[in-house]
Amino acid sequence: MTATLHIDWTRCDGRGLCTELLAGVLVRDDWGYPVARGRQGAERTDVPTRPSDADAARDAVSLCPKLALSLRDPASGGPQRRR
Amino acid sequence: MSPMPGVLPQPPLPNAQPLARLLAAGAEAGYARHVDTFGPLDPDAVAPGLLNLLDASGLTGRGGAAFATWRKALATSQSGRKRLVPARPVVIANGAEGEPLSFKDRTLLAHAPHLVIDGLLAVTRAVSGTQMYLYAPAASLPGVQEAVSGHPGGRRIQLVESPETFISGEASAVVNSIATGSAIPLDKGRRLSDTGLKGRPTLVLNVETLAHVALIARFGADWFREVGTPTDPGTRLLSVSGPGPCPDVVLEVPGGARLTDVVQSAGMDPASLSAVLVGGYHGRWVRPAAYVLSPRGPAGHVVRPGAGVIHALGAEQCGLGATAGIVAYLAGQSARQCGPCMFGLPAMAGIFNRIAAGEQDPRLPEELGRLGTLVSGRGACHHPDGTAQLISSALEVFADDVRSHLTGRCSGSGSWTP
Ligand code: SF4
Ligand code: SF4
Repeated sequence: MTATLHIDWTRCDGRGLCTELLAGVLVRDDWGYPVARGRQGAERTDVPTRPSDADAARDAVSLCPKLALSLRDPASGGPQRRR
Repeated sequence: MSPMPGVLPQPPLPNAQPLARLLAAGAEAGYARHVDTFGPLDPDAVAPGLLNLLDASGLTGRGGAAFATWRKALATSQSGRKRLVPARPVVIANGAEGEPLSFKDRTLLAHAPHLVIDGLLAVTRAVSGTQMYLYAPAASLPGVQEAVSGHPGGRRIQLVESPETFISGEASAVVNSIATGSAIPLDKGRRLSDTGLKGRPTLVLNVETLAHVALIARFGADWFREVGTPTDPGTRLLSVSGPGPCPDVVLEVPGGARLTDVVQSAGMDPASLSAVLVGGYHGRWVRPAAYVLSPRGPAGHVVRPGAGVIHALGAEQCGLGATAGIVAYLAGQSARQCGPCMFGLPAMAGIFNRIAAGEQDPRLPEELGRLGTLVSGRGACHHPDGTAQLISSALEVFADDVRSHLTGRCSGSGSWTP
């Protein structure tokens, strides 16, 4: 069971903290915004993560300065937001 | 279902004949002529079976995404009921038409507003909704206001003006515009069918979709399916524009119509065209010969009509110049809230323009491909993906022109005015 990391593009300002915390999952694009490694389409906005990334993903959610990230547990259904 | 009283049902027409279902009541039809043509519709009477009927009809949204209308309506009505405190849905008729080459929705609102109103009333009743909005550009509102006043069920429909921006008709931009006056898309972390306008389950349907609902509610699913194909039943409106003396025309065509028949019906000779843009600025350039219009099917044979925009390019017009103009426009229409869109689209527009202007750098197409892949899937709306799709279709269809531009052999003027 893997959680998905949702990126709210309307909030993200591309400072790139998440790409450091989750280097295995996210890389920076030309302008500093996160890109999900090896993902296409909708999985670049709702990014599947592995259980081994769970701690780093939680850190990214709580440390993102723009509150642009949220984790969604497929079991619970709805998005879990920090606001 | 046996047809309700009404005059419209006609024998099935051979495919690709111009049809007049939605506009059967004629120019600027008032309520009396509307009822004479189609018969009356009682929203309370049709509401209970309406979603099943829409399912059987196979109606899909005519605003671009071609999602099954019944499914969207059902999701909205269920999410209203499954809450702890049940919430009554909001239904919005979307008449925003920010796409510069689209005019079928304003034509429909001018001539058949009562079908749209009937559809809005019936769907709202079917999903147990309470609030109804009709969102349309300033130019359409006086006519819509008159229609709403002249329709027995129109009183409770609230009219809201849509701005003339490209993205103003995107579903979450519609909700945002009505809620805050700002017609820019919202993050998709939550579905509108769960929590849309004022947190209520919200159903946004294109005005043409609602007009089809009004006809299906009267005449039934089998009648709807008498034209079109099993996978793309019924009809759709197209905004067709093109070169030379050919005026902008709205055509009603059957599902699965051949693109050559469409351009011919609009008075153009397919052989005289260099390419056709199908689906508008987020669509695809194709050579007309081999294609049929349908929301689904193999990409080599089927081209998605999107919101029904068909724009033909004359043989003497430069496809690269035309696309450069469109991409520059699209880059300027980014709502500038999502980084990949805000930076990526102007970057792509700049490179496309360099190719169109004849810069001889063979790496430019590859860089465009890289940027298109980079931005796709990374925005609150489909704008980056739609723009990347348009560009990649231009590079494919105008590949010969790209080669002559890159090698300095293009002799054309490369001019285009949007
Ligand atoms: S940390 Fe937040 S604001 Fe920074 S790049 Fe990541 S998502 Fe964007
Ligand atoms: S993807 Fe572009 S147009 Fe769409 S919401 Fe984001 S910035 Fe606006």
